[in-house]
Amino acid sequence: MASFLTRTRGKGRLHWTDWASYAYLLLGVFIMFAPVLWLVVSSFKTEAELQHYPPRLLPYIQKTITLPGHDEPLPVFKVTRGELAGQEVAQVRRIGLVSQVVRPEDPQTIVKVSISDRAPVERVALATTNYSKLFARFNFPRFFWNSLFITVVATAITLLVNAMAAFALSKYEFRGRGTVMALVIGTLMIPQTVVLVPLFLVVREFGMINSLWGVIIPGAATPTGVFLLRQYMLTIPDEILDAARMDNASEWKIFWRIILPLSAPALAVLAILSIMWRWNDFLWPLIALSRSENYTLQLALNSFQGEFTTDWASLLAMTVLTLAPIAAVFAFLQKYIATGIASTGGK
Amino acid sequence: MADLELRGVRKAYGAFDVIKGVDLSIAEGEFCVFVGPSGCGKSTLLRMISGLEPITGGEVRIGGEVVNHLGPAERGLAMVFQSYALYPHMTVRQNLSFGLENMRAPKAEIEARITTAAQMLQIEKLLDRRPKDLSGGQRQRVAIGRAVVREPRVFLFDEPLSNLDAELRVEMRGEISRLHRRIGNTMIYVTHDQVEAMTMADKIAVLRDGQLEQFGRPLDLYNAPANLFVAGFIGSPRMNFFPGRIDRGAVRLATGDVVALPALRFEADEGKEVTLGIRPNGLRPADSGLRLTVASVERLGGESYLYGNAPDGTPVTVHCAGQTTVEPGADIPLALDTGEVHLFSAKSGRSLRKDIRS
Repeated sequence: MASFLTRTRGKGRLHWTDWASYAYLLLGVFIMFAPVLWLVVSSFKTEAELQHYPPRLLPYIQKTITLPGHDEPLPVFKVTRGELAGQEVAQVRRIGLVSQVVRPEDPQTIVKVSISDRAPVERVALATTNYSKLFARFNFPRFFWNSLFITVVATAITLLVNAMAAFALSKYEFRGRGTVMALVIGTLMIPQTVVLVPLFLVVREFGMINSLWGVIIPGAATPTGVFLLRQYMLTIPDEILDAARMDNASEWKIFWRIILPLSAPALAVLAILSIMWRWNDFLWPLIALSRSENYTLQLALNSFQGEFTTDWASLLAMTVLTLAPIAAVFAFLQKYIATGIASTGGK
Repeated sequence: MADLELRGVRKAYGAFDVIKGVDLSIAEGEFCVFVGPSGCGKSTLLRMISGLEPITGGEVRIGGEVVNHLGPAERGLAMVFQSYALYPHMTVRQNLSFGLENMRAPKAEIEARITTAAQMLQIEKLLDRRPKDLSGGQRQRVAIGRAVVREPRVFLFDEPLSNLDAELRVEMRGEISRLHRRIGNTMIYVTHDQVEAMTMADKIAVLRDGQLEQFGRPLDLYNAPANLFVAGFIGSPRMNFFPGRIDRGAVRLATGDVVALPALRFEADEGKEVTLGIRPNGLRPADSGLRLTVASVERLGGESYLYGNAPDGTPVTVHCAGQTTVEPGADIPLALDTGEVHLFSAKSGRSLRKDIRS
């Protein structure tokens, strides 16, 4: 593996094509990861730092100081000109272009300094309040639970329903099997937006609007999933099924004990796809869920963007928290995608 | 008392008949081999007996009871598949216990049966391995073990040795025969290899195009084939056939040679077109007789085979005991052992022997 990854065209030293390859790959890494890193770093910036122009790479926090006679911690500045030049002062308030500051040794005496004559005292630090605020001010656990519930339950139902359909379509001979398969594949050509309104009407008739089940049920059977699993199940030898039948296994048992375990690699792929679809789904939950206690994370993120103001700090922090689980799932399951065909136990 | 009986069993896919009415009766404890060229329907017939393939017409009886309507497991049979069909995700032990668990056998009994079967097949050390970690021969044993633990009334084998190399095949052949002697169950074994059929079977059923050509003990089939097909299929190298015509109680071959026939053995009308069959060991080099142009010689040490053509182009194989001095290109006369002669109707291919009713 290591020798494969470090293989080069030039022997001993790098050929120019090696340089080009590495440059190209590094560019790819940069394009892929830079926005994510920028997001993570920015999520630890204060609202003030986010508004800072020009933007700075690292999160800075202005030093604050608590002085007697002042309830709030005061931001600390360094005076650059005038009689206090070189001293650190705490700003009490700012009026227009004039900043009213006090010296820490003498917190009661207000000195007026032009705002152009002072610079904030800053240090690199993480504004973790962005995250704690999510839990204190917003019902983050609730949104997270909604998203988690929808993703887990919907994925479980998707796997079960699609595997059963794929089993029938791959291992049973019946009239119209080809037609059914063609219809399933055919639905791939209908954009979701086209069926949005009819789907809404149906779901409303079932009384599932504003219920998490209204999000879970409509998308449970996916043509992609049926097709993917069917193609995989076709590779499972029929003789194994016959052997199970000779072994007194019911068809349900064959499905449960033979087909499902042997389809594990394909099921893992579908599970990853389904988790990503469900976790990132926005349009349908937006239509089906209108009460905020039912919001998923994606809907909650959207609600941070108001008509007039956007709470960027909270938005970024929640975006990071939204990304983290899906990244973890992907890291855990990605080896199954690469895992080849299971040994069939045959010749 | 027949343990397994087929009565007019037919199978059709649409208008296409695959099995065209087979009658067969296998006694309890017999080792019966279905043999025939590929596509003759032998595997289909086995699957019909197993219940995996529905039957279009006729009856299958096991122990006197019609089982047409029963599912595969309810027939009390066990099958060993060509590709072994082990469950790849289960250990050997789980492979063996799966069927018993499905029949809700008590745990202790499952354990006991697995232990017995594993000892019998010498796979005790493999019980916790998975099929992909086993060699072909070991997988074969596990597949047989999976059938043995079920303690079925009838064992079905569907070309179980065709995936093994030649040496292992001979070994497993002996092992299956020993297994049969040891547990004494009825076994049905499908193969396209007539050597396997001859060496293992108590009874052989020769099938062609979905029809039973002949059913009987191996040596009966060898000594008294009912028709040209069986005569050509059983025995290796295959029987030599010469076209001819009955002429004054003897056979005048197309080559012009005349072969006298043992009296009363054949139903041969004067002038009838016939095919004379004789096995390679019924021919031997002699001073005069049928001319053979030798094309090639196989010297195996203990025996030799001459391959060549008669003057009319008929291919001929001759078996010689010991080592022969005949060289390719030689033109030698052959003598026929008239006691070894078989006679078939040229039109129907049926044997003309009086003691065979086919």
